[in-house]
Amino acid sequence: MSASTLEKPSAPAPARQKVMLVEGNEAAALGVALARPDMVAVYPITPQSSLVEHVAKLIADGKMDADIVDAEGEHSVLSVLQGGALAGARTYTATCGPGLAFMFEPYFRTSGMRLPIVMSIVTRDGITPQSVWGGHQDAMTVREVGWVQVYCETVQEVLDTTIMAFKIAEHHDVMLPVNVCLDGNYLSYGTSRVELPNQKDVDAFMGAKDVNWHVALDPLRPMAVDPLTGGSGGKGPSTFVRYRKGQCKGMQNSLRVIEEIHEEWAQRFGRRFAPLVEEYRLDGADYAIMTLGSMTGAAKDAIDEARDAGRKVGLIKIKTFSPFPVEALLKSLNKIQALGVVDRSVGFRWNCGPMYQETMGVLYRLGRHIPSMSFIGGLAGADITVGHFHRVIEATEKLLSNPAPIEPVWLNEKD
Amino acid sequence: MYEVRFHGRGGQGAVTAAAMLAAALLEEGKYAVSIPSFGFERRGAPVVSFLRCSDREIRQLTNIYTPDCLICVDPTLAKSVDIFAGLKPGGTLVQATNRPLEEVAIADTVGTVGLCDAIGIALQIFRKPITNTLMLGAFAKTTGIVSLEALKRSLEDSDFRDAGLRQNLDALQRGYDETVVHTIPQRAVA
Repeated sequence: MSASTLEKPSAPAPARQKVMLVEGNEAAALGVALARPDMVAVYPITPQSSLVEHVAKLIADGKMDADIVDAEGEHSVLSVLQGGALAGARTYTATCGPGLAFMFEPYFRTSGMRLPIVMSIVTRDGITPQSVWGGHQDAMTVREVGWVQVYCETVQEVLDTTIMAFKIAEHHDVMLPVNVCLDGNYLSYGTSRVELPNQKDVDAFMGAKDVNWHVALDPLRPMAVDPLTGGSGGKGPSTFVRYRKGQCKGMQNSLRVIEEIHEEWAQRFGRRFAPLVEEYRLDGADYAIMTLGSMTGAAKDAIDEARDAGRKVGLIKIKTFSPFPVEALLKSLNKIQALGVVDRSVGFRWNCGPMYQETMGVLYRLGRHIPSMSFIGGLAGADITVGHFHRVIEATEKLLSNPAPIEPVWLNEKD
Repeated sequence: MYEVRFHGRGGQGAVTAAAMLAAALLEEGKYAVSIPSFGFERRGAPVVSFLRCSDREIRQLTNIYTPDCLICVDPTLAKSVDIFAGLKPGGTLVQATNRPLEEVAIADTVGTVGLCDAIGIALQIFRKPITNTLMLGAFAKTTGIVSLEALKRSLEDSDFRDAGLRQNLDALQRGYDETVVHTIPQRAVA
C-alpha cells in the first residue's frame, strides 16, 4: 500500500483498530476488503481510478479474497455483477461521471431486480464543458433510478459507510443497490487519519450473507428472472405495479434500516455518524445552511466562527439523499426561520441546485412559510471554502428581513 | 492550524511529499490532512499540494490560500508561478536552490528562509533531480514542525517509484544537514 501504516497503542481509538493515513479512495477500498465481497468488476475512470487500483492490489496481494473482472466498459461491469449477484455473490464496483452514464441501462435494471450491489460513486461533474473534476452532477442525475444514495463527509466516514452499505443493501426489508458517494478530488484524494476496524469485528457486524434468496440463477431453484411484465392486458399491469411499489417500499424501509445499522456501527466501533440528517449547532439558531458531502467540514468551521461573532446560524447536513429523508428533515426545518441550501451540482429544470429543489417539497410539508434560497458551488473541482460559507451565511441571514431571491447564487462565479 | 503549500513540477513528488509529511505528523500525535492539486498528471508541469496540521481534528477539506509555509522543490518554478501568493506575513519559504540568499527572489512576506541545494544533492544520490524527500529534511531543519525521526519512519512505510528507501533516507538526512536557515528582518510596515 502506498500510504503509511502504524500501530498507535496510546491512541484514544477503540481497541484493536489500526490507525492509518489514507486517501478517500484507499479508505473505500479498505472498507470493501473488510466487507468481503465475492466478486468485483472494474473499469477505471478519473477520479475513481485509484480506488479500483487499490482494490485490484488488495486482491493481487492476497489481502482480499474476491474474483475481479477487468471488464471492457462500465456497461459490462454492472452486467457482470448482476450475474454474480443472481448467483448469490456479494458484489462491488465503483464509477463516476461518463462511466456512470455508460452504465445507465444495467443501472436501472439493478434496482428493478432488487440486487444488493454496492457501488461507490467518486462524484464527478457532468461533461460538457470538458472537465475531469469533482461535483455531484453524476450522482444527482441518477437520483430517480431507485438506488439508495448516501454521501460521505470525511475519509473515515467513507471507510465505515462502505462497509455499512453492504449490510443496508442486503437487509431483507431493503434489497436495493446502494451508492456510497464520495466527492471526487477533495475526498477521493484527500489524505487523512483513519481507524481501521478489525476483520473479526466486521465479520461479526456483517453476519451471514444472503444475497439471492428472492431472485436467482440457480439450477436447484429454477425461476423466471426479470420476466416480461406491463402492457395493458392480463396480469401485466398489476405485476408491474407490484414491482414498482415494492421498490418504493424498499426505499422507505431503508430509512429505518440505515438508522438501525448506523446505531449498531456506533455500538460496535465507537464511531457515530448521523444516518439521515445531521444537525450542527442548530439548537438556538434562527436560520440554517444546508450542505452535502465533503463541503460540510469547511461549513462547520464557518458556523463556529459565525456563532462566535453572534450570528444565530446552524447547519443541516444531508447524508442519505436517496430516499430523501423527509420526516427527519422536517424535524430540523421546524427549528428555523430561514434556510440557505448549498448544492455542488445544477438543477437545470428549476434553475437551482437539485438538493434545494428536493428540499422545497419538504418545506411545503412544513405547514408554514419559511424563506429559502439556493447556492451552487464547487462545480468541476472548484473549491468551497470557509470564506464562501460566510457569504452563504450572510445571504441567508438577510432572508429573515428581506424577500428571497429567485435566482440561485453561483458561489465560484468570480473566483 | 499550520498550513503548508508544496510547489513542484509533475514527477518531482510534491504530492507524495505532502502525504509522507502528513504521515510523520500523524505519528507525532498531530492531526494532518493533505490534498493534492487536481489536473492531468504530466511530468514537468507546475503542480501544488496542500497540507494542514493541528492539535485538533481538521474538518475543512479545501485548498490552502494563506499558507504559513511554502516548500518549493524546484529551483526554476518561481519564475513561472507566483509561489508567494497568500503567504502569511512572517511566513516561511523552504526553497530548493544552489544560489545564495542574495540571489533568491523572495517576497516581502517571507520571514524565514531555508535554502537547500536539493538538485545538486539529488543528482549525487539518485542520478535524477528527485527532490521531494530532500526537501522534507529541509522543512524539518527550517521549521522544527516535524522531527527527522518521524520523517524517517514515515519514509520506511512508503513505496518509492523512482528510487529505493535507503537512497531516500540518505536524501532526507542530507536535506536536513545541508539546509542553511536565514531569518529575514521584517521590514517596517508604513
